Amino acid sequence: MSIKEDKVRYIARLARIKLSEKEVKLFSHQLDDILAYVEKLNKLNIQKETPPMSHPHLPSNPWRVDEVKPSVSSETALKNAPQRRGDFFQVPKIIED
Amino acid sequence: MSHEPVIGLEVHVQLRTRSKMFCGCQTEFGAAPNTQTCPVCLGFPGSLPVLNEAALLGALKVAHAVNCSISQQMKFHRKNYFYPDLPKNYQISQYDEPMSEHGHLSIKVNGAEKTVRIKRVHLEEDAGKLIHEEGENSSLVDFNRSGMPLLEIVSEPDINSPGEAHEYLTALKLLLRYLDISDCDMEKGSLRCDANISVRKKGETSLGIKAEIKNMNSFKGVQAALEYEFKRQVKCIEGGERIIQETRLWDPDKAVTISMRSKEEAHDYRYFPEPDLVPFTLPKDMQEATKRSLPEFPEIRKRRFIDNLGLPEYDAEVLIQDKDLADYFEDCLKFYDKPKTVSNWIMGDISAFLNAKALRIKDIKLKVNPQALAGLFREIDSGRISGKMAKDIILEMLETGKDASKIIEEKGLAQISDGASLDKVADEVIAENKKTAEDFLKGKENALMFLVGQVMKKTKGRANPAVINEILRRKLSK
Amino acid sequence: MNNLYLLTAHQLLDQLRTKSVSSEEIVESVYERAGSVDKKVKAYVVLERERAIKQAKESSLNKSDGKLKGIPVAVKDNICVEGELTTCASKILKGFRPPYNATVIDRLLNAGAVLMGKTNMDEFAFGSSCESSSYYPTLNPWDLERIPGGSSGGSAAAVAADEAIMALGSDTGGSIRQPAALCGVVGMKPTYGRVSRYGLIAFASSLDQIGPITKDVRDAALLLSVIAGFDNKDSTSVSPKKDETDYLKFLENDVKGIKIGIPKEYFVSGMDKEVERAVREAVTLFRDLGAEVVDVSLPHTEYAVAVYYIIATAEASSNLARFDGVQYGYRCGNPENILDMYERTRGEGFGPEAKRRIMLGTHVLSSGYYDAYYLKAQKVRRLIKDDFDRVFESGVDCILTPTSPTAAFKVGEKSADPLSMYLSDIFTISVNLAGVPAISVPCGFTKSNLPIGMQLIGNFFEEGKLFKAAYTYEQNTDWRKRKPKL
Repeated sequence: MSIKEDKVRYIARLARIKLSEKEVKLFSHQLDDILAYVEKLNKLNIQKETPPMSHPHLPSNPWRVDEVKPSVSSETALKNAPQRRGDFFQVPKIIED
Repeated sequence: MSHEPVIGLEVHVQLRTRSKMFCGCQTEFGAAPNTQTCPVCLGFPGSLPVLNEAALLGALKVAHAVNCSISQQMKFHRKNYFYPDLPKNYQISQYDEPMSEHGHLSIKVNGAEKTVRIKRVHLEEDAGKLIHEEGENSSLVDFNRSGMPLLEIVSEPDINSPGEAHEYLTALKLLLRYLDISDCDMEKGSLRCDANISVRKKGETSLGIKAEIKNMNSFKGVQAALEYEFKRQVKCIEGGERIIQETRLWDPDKAVTISMRSKEEAHDYRYFPEPDLVPFTLPKDMQEATKRSLPEFPEIRKRRFIDNLGLPEYDAEVLIQDKDLADYFEDCLKFYDKPKTVSNWIMGDISAFLNAKALRIKDIKLKVNPQALAGLFREIDSGRISGKMAKDIILEMLETGKDASKIIEEKGLAQISDGASLDKVADEVIAENKKTAEDFLKGKENALMFLVGQVMKKTKGRANPAVINEILRRKLSK
Repeated sequence: MNNLYLLTAHQLLDQLRTKSVSSEEIVESVYERAGSVDKKVKAYVVLERERAIKQAKESSLNKSDGKLKGIPVAVKDNICVEGELTTCASKILKGFRPPYNATVIDRLLNAGAVLMGKTNMDEFAFGSSCESSSYYPTLNPWDLERIPGGSSGGSAAAVAADEAIMALGSDTGGSIRQPAALCGVVGMKPTYGRVSRYGLIAFASSLDQIGPITKDVRDAALLLSVIAGFDNKDSTSVSPKKDETDYLKFLENDVKGIKIGIPKEYFVSGMDKEVERAVREAVTLFRDLGAEVVDVSLPHTEYAVAVYYIIATAEASSNLARFDGVQYGYRCGNPENILDMYERTRGEGFGPEAKRRIMLGTHVLSSGYYDAYYLKAQKVRRLIKDDFDRVFESGVDCILTPTSPTAAFKVGEKSADPLSMYLSDIFTISVNLAGVPAISVPCGFTKSNLPIGMQLIGNFFEEGKLFKAAYTYEQNTDWRKRKPKL
């Protein structure tokens, strides 16, 4: 299943990564190679009932009691912010119709 | 119209837990921006989610209440999309193994019962809040709301009118308030509703292309938006246009829905099981315990008030709207066995007081506890006070928390029913109002009312109206 | 310069106990060593001498008895240290100082350890050579024209060059074990869920584990015993029925009766002859020491790399979505709108390997491909785990394999061909997919004096058995005594 450049652009958009045309071409080749390699999974005859494995083992119901723990201060929350206004994180204006 | 709307509603309810869904931050409304956050709900690198047990229990309650079947195992999934109010750029939600599915809710449509099927009830985390400022070319983000526990309740498209949609929301809200798991306040955002609507010719069973409607901020808004959208879609179809599957925003000021088509990209959410959480099993004993802890549902209670307590439907309907009020009513019945009387006073004077002071029943129920209210009724029954007097007394009880008998003593309000003392006053009043007395004898009943009123004035309202009425009649008839 | 930097942690603890040496002296010694060799090896990205000395002083004054009291530990740059630069060697996390410690850091500090500094890595742990760091590539102390392995290349090189007494790394597909092998040191990936991931900047959540990189097996057992344990902040953390974390107890020089399995799929034709010979000699030694050696089979081994590159990149693509310029790290200049900010921040902030993996992961999860790739891979993952279950159920105590198919390769040799880089993980990857523990110990050198490592794989939560076998082997060989010439 080869991956056309248009597809690479689509994936890049989904992943919110701007690629140069050079990168689009390069990744198109490289992803093609990798996907061709993983095709070998199709050679394997997998029984339909094989349960997919999400974790090596399953801790039993790891939930916690509903109790309040201290939050961090807004200063701490915003300390690494590339842009802030007062106690808010600032981003370019979101336009909603 | 030959067309009918086909509506499905998606309701998001913020669960009232002490801490957030996956971290220990507080959940209070209205805190200063970014003061109720931590590495987990901020989505800082390296942070991990841990499920809040209370959120799960709240969800189970709701699932039971809407008759859903509870899954043996539930999984969380990641819903991946980019938005500045989503700190991790994915939301932890549930997908193909949700907590519960296949339930139903009964609503009243034109006096008849209608069942709306509920597709699923599942858990997810809330996003932060985006603030767009007028005149500024930036937006601001507050993550206090990020990570708050949400319950998503999705109905099947069984709703066939905007009015029914309103009924559904009302019934659902009442039920949720009974379960005490959320404030369900659309203004505060603890209840949100999106709608899916398509149209079809009456009698058809297939589904048309649907539009998703967002940004409705009240139940009336939902109804209005759906009314508009139904008309719009019918107009399109009759004009030969195809309906486009899209998201539309309700504009409450202009009263129209607006297409978000320019923003519309097919959302590929790339759902996959949340690897930072393991699948959860919902043990049978936990399910049973939750079931047992469920309160009597509003509809059932209302039926019981009507059938067993003999209340008129109107009274029953009013009382059950607020579970605390209905509880208070029933507590009063333990001490005074006349449901209609109790109901009248609760719906009347007590509710008026609560409304005027913007209070809830829980704020006053210690001041005027059921026993005290019963005490007041017995004073009326014994004739010690009149019904009218009781209206003043109850206000004092509500303000001060004093017992009725105490107030009566302190203020010397005991009704005068003793014929001898009233006799004297009656004579005075007749003497002072000769013309009115003659009017009565001429046949004017109202004249008697006036004379009774004069007696009341003289006795500062303490005369027993029935007794004085009788005394005056007797004297005048002589 | 005194030669305290040459010693192991357990040797230094002995000296600290008899007060013949102070923690400050140890820290000074290691910092001097780093000062002298790190310009060649480039293992570190953050070295804060002042803070370390201060910690050493405090640790000395502290009356409490910590297992690592006074010992400096180097930390891989994807583990959060409060207030310290933690960047995963990526431009997109430039300047990021987390407001909290990873759980393993708290455990280290509670045990009296001193934080030495942050070590270099492949960006976001994507790599097997440390060449994709946005800082600079770390070099192999045994041959500065070769890579140290990755992604924990900095930690492994630092320990090998004696510019760290011990170090923490992280392992998703071999990132502790492979660099340990290529640098001639000990590296262990614990059972999944044994060590808390809270504070580890995630690559693939269902595969990642933090583990020790050390000069010998005893130090690895010591460091693991400090960082292992249930953490209620990590929902994937496990409290096993037999919760034994006092790993030092297992260090006995005795493998009599231990059953060692040799999987035929790991000794394929075409593998490096020197690596094969060294590992087979190790097998012979085990036999001579009284272990029973049997042939076993892990039939789904050939699918492991394919499965890994679907599951790990899928999880990574989602884990790395949060790097978007909103709350921390790098943000592109003058974004026109929010979409532009996302796209250019991520386009400029991520290196090529990171972009490649995010793209691949996004693709395999996208609509229409989920069943064909991700779901299928999860099923084959189950089959791979079942392979291990079967072998251990048959009575095998440890599985023995080479850690890496080759010794260290030259800088730039594989960087142009991502797929060939991925295939170098072939012996370590299945272990992460199954979730079992594994340790790499030095087992020889090539003719050009490059280290060779062997891997011992154990059953869930049986790190003890691994330590015993590894310790026995180590005590009957001298590989650890050879040092690189720097």
